[in-house]
Amino acid sequence: MSTEPPAFEARELSRVFGYGRHARTAVDRVSFRIEQGEIASIVGESGCGKSVLARMLLRLQAPTSGELLFEGRPIDTAEDPRVHFRRVQAVFQDPFSAFNQFFTIRAQLQSVFRLFPERPSRTEMDERIDRALLAVNIQPREIDGKYPFELSGGQMQRMLLARVFIIEPRVLIADEPTSMVDASSRASILEYLMKLKQELDMTIVFVTHDIGLAYYASDSLLIMHQGKIVEQGPPERVTKQPQAAATRQLLDDIPDVNRDWLARGGA
Amino acid sequence: MSGPVLSVEALRAHYLTRSGHEIRAVDGVSFSVGEGEILGIAGESGCGKTTLVNACMGLYLPPLVHGGGDVKVAGTSILGMAPAQYRRRVLGRLISMIPQGALNSLNPTRRIKDMATDMISSHEARADRREIHERLRERFERIGLDATHVLGAYPVELPAGIKQRVVIGISTLLDPKIVIADEPTSALDVSTQKSVIRLLFQLMDAGIVSSMLFITHELPLLRHVATRIAVMYAGEFVEVGPTEDVIFRGRGPYTQALMGSMLSIDPTGRQNRPVALEGAPPDLKLPIVGCRFAPRCPQARPDCRETEQTLRTIEQSQVRCRYVD
Amino acid sequence: MFASLFKSASFVTGLVLFGLTVLTAVVAPWVLHVDVGQRVGLAYMPPSAEHWLGTDHLGLDLVSLHIVGLRASLYVGLVSGVVATLVGTLIGVYSGYKGGFIDDLLNSLTNLFLVIPSLVVLILLSSSFEQGRSLTLIALIIGGTTWTWTARAVRAQASSLRGRDHVALARINGYGTFGILALHILPYLLSYLFMVFVLQTATGILTEASLSMLGLGPHDSVSLGRILDEAVKNEALVDGAWWAFLPATVLITVIAFSLYVINTAMEGVFNPRLRR
Repeated sequence: MSTEPPAFEARELSRVFGYGRHARTAVDRVSFRIEQGEIASIVGESGCGKSVLARMLLRLQAPTSGELLFEGRPIDTAEDPRVHFRRVQAVFQDPFSAFNQFFTIRAQLQSVFRLFPERPSRTEMDERIDRALLAVNIQPREIDGKYPFELSGGQMQRMLLARVFIIEPRVLIADEPTSMVDASSRASILEYLMKLKQELDMTIVFVTHDIGLAYYASDSLLIMHQGKIVEQGPPERVTKQPQAAATRQLLDDIPDVNRDWLARGGA
Repeated sequence: MSGPVLSVEALRAHYLTRSGHEIRAVDGVSFSVGEGEILGIAGESGCGKTTLVNACMGLYLPPLVHGGGDVKVAGTSILGMAPAQYRRRVLGRLISMIPQGALNSLNPTRRIKDMATDMISSHEARADRREIHERLRERFERIGLDATHVLGAYPVELPAGIKQRVVIGISTLLDPKIVIADEPTSALDVSTQKSVIRLLFQLMDAGIVSSMLFITHELPLLRHVATRIAVMYAGEFVEVGPTEDVIFRGRGPYTQALMGSMLSIDPTGRQNRPVALEGAPPDLKLPIVGCRFAPRCPQARPDCRETEQTLRTIEQSQVRCRYVD
Repeated sequence: MFASLFKSASFVTGLVLFGLTVLTAVVAPWVLHVDVGQRVGLAYMPPSAEHWLGTDHLGLDLVSLHIVGLRASLYVGLVSGVVATLVGTLIGVYSGYKGGFIDDLLNSLTNLFLVIPSLVVLILLSSSFEQGRSLTLIALIIGGTTWTWTARAVRAQASSLRGRDHVALARINGYGTFGILALHILPYLLSYLFMVFVLQTATGILTEASLSMLGLGPHDSVSLGRILDEAVKNEALVDGAWWAFLPATVLITVIAFSLYVINTAMEGVFNPRLRR
């Protein structure tokens, strides 16, 4: 049993948008723990609040109430946000909209070094970028002088991963990493992420509606529905013995080949 | 009506690049869809399935060019049909399409009812806008939409699931015999996906639509949707057969690799690791010798790259691989 | 993207019209003899072979006056366009991106400028600079009071860009507010800002004309507005001396019209809501 503090601990964490009659509760008093070194998945249908929760973990959105602890300590809003970003990073769903279309890829990879208190020399930056590119099976020369629109979706996805290789954070938040990818390629994205996790010894938090992905890859599942976490636990238990109605609904909605999914009326 | 609703014979279509090369995106595809049938077409991005859809609809927008073969809708060839006649008689009435990503291509500056009316009136010679509104309202209500709210709304005000229902409602307003749905659920979460497919089934059960062509990259989904499945790779069909055969007893190496690469909740536990498909499909600009899948095929033999592969019939399926028994 | 603009008939028309007026203003002094100081005849002489637009109430050559006036008006339009676009963009983009308290504050400021009739502000400012009302000062005053529309429009754009993934990525790269505004918001607004600038220029030209007709235009320089003002003051209309006011009116109308047409055409091509 590890005595390390959990990577994330949330206590009655909430995020409300707007006020008065138009207030919308996106995240509703959620409490959970994500241990260091673990792979946790936050699963729910679109609109359940998982993306807002992810942004709070990333410190891109402040909670409106409750507590969020990172490695045992509350996230200090007075501190330079770069301290948090060095430790917690993200990959996003759409690799094309995740990058600025006006700058070259290499320039955008270089801007990652803004996170560090001392900028390394030009040569060292290039070296570290090249190493990260090779780690995701991209030849550095392949991207020379290129802009995002000149590469394929698969290559841009790997650019998102290359960023992470350069920064070496302790936690990676992966927001719908497979939604825009062919079903047949999802396993290979996962492989890259697993490789990343092993090499950098990271904690991974998947945010997804794909419970198949979550089941396959995670140590712990958190099911989210209408802003609340309705169920948490190991994937086997959650999928075999779901307690919450929302979980059962999610499992039911998956078109698994081995069971009946949708009855035809006439045929 | 006798005979297949849609019949495609040796269809070829290519893209003409600025340098004069031909990218043979659809390279000899034949199939037919009968009444009451749902044919599923599965394949990775770039295999040519969307091009196939456009070619079946006769939508040859440059740089897409018709390269050969024929498409017959309800027995009549649509190639060489005058555009006006095609628009009035065929498009929307006999054959209709739900394009990929349609829900995201709705004109954001127009209300649903205005956009829908414009689309429909291009198919009708003397269209009365009021009458079209009524029909739209009726049909929307029938497919479970709050017609008053939805018709008066702008696309940005509607959630993804509703928008996709709107797109389906408009495409099927004229009760087409066959609907071609290109990745209709790819952008949706599982629950919304289920309700959209349920809607498509309802349309078929109600007789509004007779047959369907369902395109997807998620082969397992077709287990619940299609009566027959065609697996497409690099512009060709590599396996065609009844659903159960293709999903559970897929003979072709590509079909097997595709099924094996899927992430799923496996009732037997997490031991069955999905095996990712490495590599990429071949460059369709260049002439290809031998089997197109050979470079990536885990079961490839030395002469696979030399001899041309044709579709062979085995029981009720056809497979494009000479080493399948 | 820019190439498709030229396929629009309205854009080309607008561009050609505006281009011609600018060309005239720039080239004419070299080709014609422009002199607004010398009396060339009696007051309000009708157009003739030597003086194509006749003379004004002082007997000065109206062709010269119109050319100088055109240059002045275009200058005021462009300078006020630049100022208004700059001020409006800076306020709008900061307000739209930050949201919250800063947004509320800047919105109040914008509303203040919106609610106070700009003409009143202009009149007050103009009349307090009795002697030194140069073209540049007028341009600055106009630019400094007509930026509100730009601020509103740019704010809306910035607000919608704020939620984009590439902005989130920039934030987790450690970019601060100004870095994000400069590198990740403004580049996405460039074509929109161009459109805005065109509109602000048109506004500037029209506002200058209005100001001048109230007698609050540039003090010692000629402008199209001042030509109109003088025509009215000296009863050119009553006397039937159409050559003293009609050409200026036509010029102002043509410039404003061509700019509006260019703007509309650009909006059709660049509409950011249709862009992903």
